Amino acid sequence: MSAMTFKGGIHPPDKKELAKDSPIKEARIPQRVVIPLSQHVGAPCKSLVSINQEVKKGELIGEPGGFVSSPVHASVSGKVVAIGEFPNAMGRMVTSVVIENDGKEEWTSLKDNPDYLKLSADELKEKIKTAGIVGLGGAAFPTVVKLTPPKEKPIDAVIINGAECEPYLTADYRLMVEKPAEIIEGLKILMKILGVSKGFVGIEDNKPEAIKQMKEAAKAESGIEVCALEVKYPQGAEKMLIKATTGRKVPPRGLPMDVRVVVQNVGTALAVYEAVRFGKPLIERVVTVTGEGINNPSNLMVRIGSLVSELIEECGGFKNGVGKVISGGPMMGFALPSLDVPVTKGTSGILVIPEEDVIHAEDFEPCIRCGRCIDICPMGLMPSMLSILSEKGRYEETKEYDLFDCFECGSCAFVCPSKRPIVQFIRLAKSMTKP
Amino acid sequence: MAVKKEHELIVTVSPHIRDEETTSRIMWTVNLSLLPAMAMGAYFFGPRAVFVTALCIISAVLSEYFYQKTLKKKITITDGSAFLTGLLLGINLPSSLWSFNPFLIHVPIIGSFVAVVITKQLFGGLGYNIFNPALIGRAFLMISWPKAMSTWSEPTAAFLAFDAKTTATPLSILKEEGLGKLIEVFGDKMNLYKELFVGHRAGSIGETSALALLIGAAFLLYKRYVTWHIPVSFLGTAALLAWVFGGKDLHTGKMLFFAGDPIIHLISGGMLLGAFFMATDYVTCPSVRKGQIIFGIGCGALTVLIRLKGAYPEGVMFAILLMNCFAPIIDRGFKTKVFGALNPGRKNISNGVKETKR
Repeated sequence: MSAMTFKGGIHPPDKKELAKDSPIKEARIPQRVVIPLSQHVGAPCKSLVSINQEVKKGELIGEPGGFVSSPVHASVSGKVVAIGEFPNAMGRMVTSVVIENDGKEEWTSLKDNPDYLKLSADELKEKIKTAGIVGLGGAAFPTVVKLTPPKEKPIDAVIINGAECEPYLTADYRLMVEKPAEIIEGLKILMKILGVSKGFVGIEDNKPEAIKQMKEAAKAESGIEVCALEVKYPQGAEKMLIKATTGRKVPPRGLPMDVRVVVQNVGTALAVYEAVRFGKPLIERVVTVTGEGINNPSNLMVRIGSLVSELIEECGGFKNGVGKVISGGPMMGFALPSLDVPVTKGTSGILVIPEEDVIHAEDFEPCIRCGRCIDICPMGLMPSMLSILSEKGRYEETKEYDLFDCFECGSCAFVCPSKRPIVQFIRLAKSMTKP
Repeated sequence: MAVKKEHELIVTVSPHIRDEETTSRIMWTVNLSLLPAMAMGAYFFGPRAVFVTALCIISAVLSEYFYQKTLKKKITITDGSAFLTGLLLGINLPSSLWSFNPFLIHVPIIGSFVAVVITKQLFGGLGYNIFNPALIGRAFLMISWPKAMSTWSEPTAAFLAFDAKTTATPLSILKEEGLGKLIEVFGDKMNLYKELFVGHRAGSIGETSALALLIGAAFLLYKRYVTWHIPVSFLGTAALLAWVFGGKDLHTGKMLFFAGDPIIHLISGGMLLGAFFMATDYVTCPSVRKGQIIFGIGCGALTVLIRLKGAYPEGVMFAILLMNCFAPIIDRGFKTKVFGALNPGRKNISNGVKETKR
């Protein structure tokens, strides 16, 4: 049987061998952490602490500022030394709480729940909400919001995203190899909350070990199916993953709930399990520190608020002359303007590209209409036309070519022989016009 | 610790990795794929074929250079596209243009200038031209020097043949005197096929050898620089129409349905060169695959129409140029469908989920 897949897509070199076999290890606990109060999609948190206040590990320090928002917790125990504007990874200034670590690693009181599957859906949701769990795949959308679909949108399946289609990144892979049972438990909790009996785990076919471990862990669960997906970028994009695992197609501008599914990342499923079982808030996550520009590529369990510079130091520092440091993967991640920015809930990887490998996008050529981008666009768009129209400032016309259906996966710019910054042209058009 | 200072980090937009393919690599590879056809042209038509082609290439590249230099634009002659235009024009010309009595050396030069400067650069340069530059260059020469452009040398296969006798192309024999005469000229039908396939016949420098062209085409298909859509629809349509309408009663000259010889039509004239190397020009063909099929069908149909009913024995050039006009509108008409879009008025059966109003 051919692997499950979607139409289009590309095959970038996956480079996962750099960090794939390095087991997740605890990163050094930083002397001080900088915890932004806005790490998620939605309203920023309101600070609950004041300067010089002592906080314990896991203590709530920021309460959600709205329905689409998520609480923030202290990731170390210690003293609040500053509350103010600090740059985040995107280079924006965001209100952050700085905690000086007292080295005691003292937890705030957590509530253990050995019988968590007996809790009601609402109780489970409350635990996920108070633990501050957001989508760990990178988008950082508050998980509980996804678990609260409107009544007119029935859900019949939960999909766990283990595709990890971004080259270089191996954080999800390591989790599936090392903690498959916990991830399956997390999936069962999600299924219970949504009242569904069907669960899928989608994993790209280049991760046989992860597929094996997850299948083993899901053996006893009749409703859970572990699916091997074709190795192709962007297999892990929500719409592509849903198509590959269930055959359903989310309508344009629609959401997964329009085809009765909810998608969660493997890291999120694990965090859900830990929140429900041990009451543990989201204060750490796995970050892949990798790339040809780093001495010891590793998968680290990192406290939220650790600085990127510390992770790079821990992984042996730069080699071959640093060019770019990217938060996330090479296809959709963004280049960091500074290394003194904190790891947040959405940081899936830190990728270091040596100077000699950096592609400079300023030197591009005219579109020769070769049609490669049209062939591979997973959304069935015509990126060539979008880029040509945007380049000429004809932003309104880009809407005739479904501008707002583009989710900026970057496949078009990857294949473009004229090296056109197609994604950037599309972003420009999106900012110059309204849906 | 060798941690770099902040200002040394490079910040650019995603994606941060790119495929190795470049426009100039594509152009040079297409140039390379025409090498067998060029070699066969040189073999059959002698050094004059090489001189005509070289003259076209040099004047095409120089035209581009001086145009860009004069207008203070970026010089792009190394990207291989001007070279390709020159090469395509050159192998689409008769070798007899290398002639000092009558003096015809200026003809290829003017053709290259029209192709590169008027057809390509004045429309905005690479990527913006509406028509295939080499074909416009050739069409311009056809209209301006009709006699010189239809004087064909005999394929002598003698290396130093400078003064080859002139002769008619198979297509013009077919048009003027019919299939019977054509078979007579080549001895028998099998020999006709064989000679056409190898390229031992009168015609443009690079169009005669079906074998050489197919080798180059196979290479391009293998490299995926060309997909099957245009060549297959072009050649398929032409073969079908040639078979249906191309037959003639040998005595009365009346048209006989379903009696044409599609093979002769496919491997004579510029059919293969046009279908694989000219109609597939990225810039001037549609970029949506479905649209390319329509484009190919149009090219094939117009070619056969001109060959059977038009004033010229050959129609590939005008067919492609005519279809070039339609490429943008074909692209618009066959706009791709967004992922998940429903066919209007139909429920999306594949996912068992009804469309919901948003």
